[in-house]
Amino acid sequence: MTAARVYLDYAASTPVDERVLERMLPYFGGSFGNPSSIHRFGQEGEAALDEARRMVAEVMVCRPGEIVFTSGGTESDNLALRGAALAAKSARGASHILTTPVEHPAVLNACRYLERHHGFQVEWLSVDSDGRADPDDVARRLRDETAVVSVIYGNNEIGTINPVASIADRCRARGVVFHTDAVQAASQLSVRVDELGADLISIGAHKFYGPKGVGALYCRAGIDLDPLQPGGEQEAGRRAGTENVPLIVGLAAAFEITAAERPRHARRFAALRDRILDGVVDLVPGAGVTGHRHDRLPNHASFVFSGVDANRLLAALDLAGYACSSGSACKTGDPSPSSALLALGLTSDLALGSLRVTVGRRTTDEDIDGFLATLPALVEAQRRTAVSAG
Amino acid sequence: MTVPRRVAVAMSGGVDSSVAAALLVDQGVDVFGVMMRLWVEDGRVNRCCSPDDVNGARQVASRLGIPFYVVDMKSAFREHVVDFFLDGYAHGVTPNPCIECNRTIRWKHLLKDALGFGATHLATGHYARVEARSGEWVLRRGVDPDKDQSYVLSVLGQTEMAHAVFPLGDYTKPEVREYARRRRLPVAERPESQDLCFLAGDDYRAFLRRHASDGLTPGPILNAAGAVLGRHEGLAAYTIGQRRGLRLPSNDPLYVVAKDRSTNALTVGTRAELGRASFRTLPVGWVCGRPPAAAAFPADVQVRYRAARVPCQVTPHPDATCAVELARPLPDVTPGQSAVFYQGDICLGGGVIAA
Repeated sequence: MTAARVYLDYAASTPVDERVLERMLPYFGGSFGNPSSIHRFGQEGEAALDEARRMVAEVMVCRPGEIVFTSGGTESDNLALRGAALAAKSARGASHILTTPVEHPAVLNACRYLERHHGFQVEWLSVDSDGRADPDDVARRLRDETAVVSVIYGNNEIGTINPVASIADRCRARGVVFHTDAVQAASQLSVRVDELGADLISIGAHKFYGPKGVGALYCRAGIDLDPLQPGGEQEAGRRAGTENVPLIVGLAAAFEITAAERPRHARRFAALRDRILDGVVDLVPGAGVTGHRHDRLPNHASFVFSGVDANRLLAALDLAGYACSSGSACKTGDPSPSSALLALGLTSDLALGSLRVTVGRRTTDEDIDGFLATLPALVEAQRRTAVSAG
Repeated sequence: MTVPRRVAVAMSGGVDSSVAAALLVDQGVDVFGVMMRLWVEDGRVNRCCSPDDVNGARQVASRLGIPFYVVDMKSAFREHVVDFFLDGYAHGVTPNPCIECNRTIRWKHLLKDALGFGATHLATGHYARVEARSGEWVLRRGVDPDKDQSYVLSVLGQTEMAHAVFPLGDYTKPEVREYARRRRLPVAERPESQDLCFLAGDDYRAFLRRHASDGLTPGPILNAAGAVLGRHEGLAAYTIGQRRGLRLPSNDPLYVVAKDRSTNALTVGTRAELGRASFRTLPVGWVCGRPPAAAAFPADVQVRYRAARVPCQVTPHPDATCAVELARPLPDVTPGQSAVFYQGDICLGGGVIAA
């Protein structure tokens, strides 16, 4: 295609920051040693690993030993949920999990897995029409046998920010482990442990201009995790397998840069986001914002449109030069409404017409001008197609 | 043809549609690929639009450097093609779902999607040609006589023709395969697709049974004189001209001559009793929008997808149906199939053969 392409899907992934790439490169060729080795090649790898762990701990304001490196956000979520639930089951016979219906599939399906294969009972917290969980609701549903509570921090589909710190307080009062999936939030919000109060926090590097295939889990000292895979003693026995040094170095560098530059970007992102939210609602009849209007990720705008098939709209947008998402990726052409959107009380027709527009460091005002000039006609064209096709 | 500015290519993961896309790309046309999800039957492997086919088409698109999108057509396909197929058999005719798929799915729904995506044209891998002649769009047979597919495109009208592109019309199948090889398309050696895409490799009768068609009630097999010769397993399991599977003792080979839905009777006869020299059609669609001006006109008619063309005289009636007089009787004039009319290599249009 000859048309310029504008990327408005930073919630799906981000380009690797040049500075991050620079930091990673030495660890592919020159300093390639296995951190477990005795020799100096190994020592270089181990030093890089220690430094990366220190950098991440500094951003999250925790101890380096509380950081476990993983293969990404999904593994972090799995290690948190399955690791904590199974450890609590062996230790004290815990059998209950509390979570929300608007979690990322990594959390949802880890919970379902525990239900199916390990006899856990999963209880779904109610969420309001913005997708927010209520700390008092959490407190009411906590039981002696609750193994772990998991509530998403910044929602990937609808952008809503949950009152994670209050939920963490209620869990701590009952001595129950609390996990938050901060994978989507980590590029936009502070993930300081002292602010969030969670016991387990998942992040993934490619959401904040780091490489794909690497993530981390903050695991509060004293919390027991059953490892997912048997193997060596890496990551203090919590995650076996030779550490992916170049990618871990990349995660740490990207995380540090993101935290340092957040104040500089946040205001600009929020201004772009608000232009999108206001512009789409003004320009497209029958458009509804999903998620909280203000208490949402600064770079995240999301909508539903009546009478529109999301996948077709995304194809039309892409061909017009705008790369967006429906919030729940499905490329197969098998449409099924997002369970998160249904949990907000939306009809299936509306849920099938979802659109997510997320901005990032390279997004300009002109990009948004162009997007807002393009979208209304495409939605209109999709509605004409859908109606006459019936 | 107007110069296409942006062409959507309907891709299936097969050789023909892949080469159609490649030819357009190589001509410098702005191209993108679309693939329809048409049909999924739980627990069965489709012959069409399976995840493998989607991956195949996606790989071709990637090799060609063009965008590729999958569009869901399952409910429209179920309603317009599969139900049409089941209804036809339930009503005692032998329906042609490929023609119906072209009419409604490809050239209504998919064309609308393509235009909604900003395309000016829709291309498919059919062997046929579209040409502008004195202000009209003309549908011509493909140059490969073994592969010509104008029969299933006879349902197109001027509106659809104005957007239609058939890059393979000037090529033979061996040339198309050669092009795929030279272009190193990962589908060059894929086998030719046979029978209906949604049958999942089954005989159509098994599909009818699975979908509880009501054309499967057993009944009598009669001869022309009305004598009962045996039992049939349901009219839907037979088609006009069929010889095999009758399981009747007879010195002369017997053929299915007629199906009577009101009595659920299957009539068989010798080859001599089989032929028909005339028939009526349901309303005919003409590619140019209207029948030729004469009260009756000579043409060639094709009564099945792979059948030879036979000279005939066509008399259009005011209700858009046609009476067709064949130059010689044909053994397989089958209600439910389409009669498609040609003059030379130009496809005039067609209509369903009436019961």
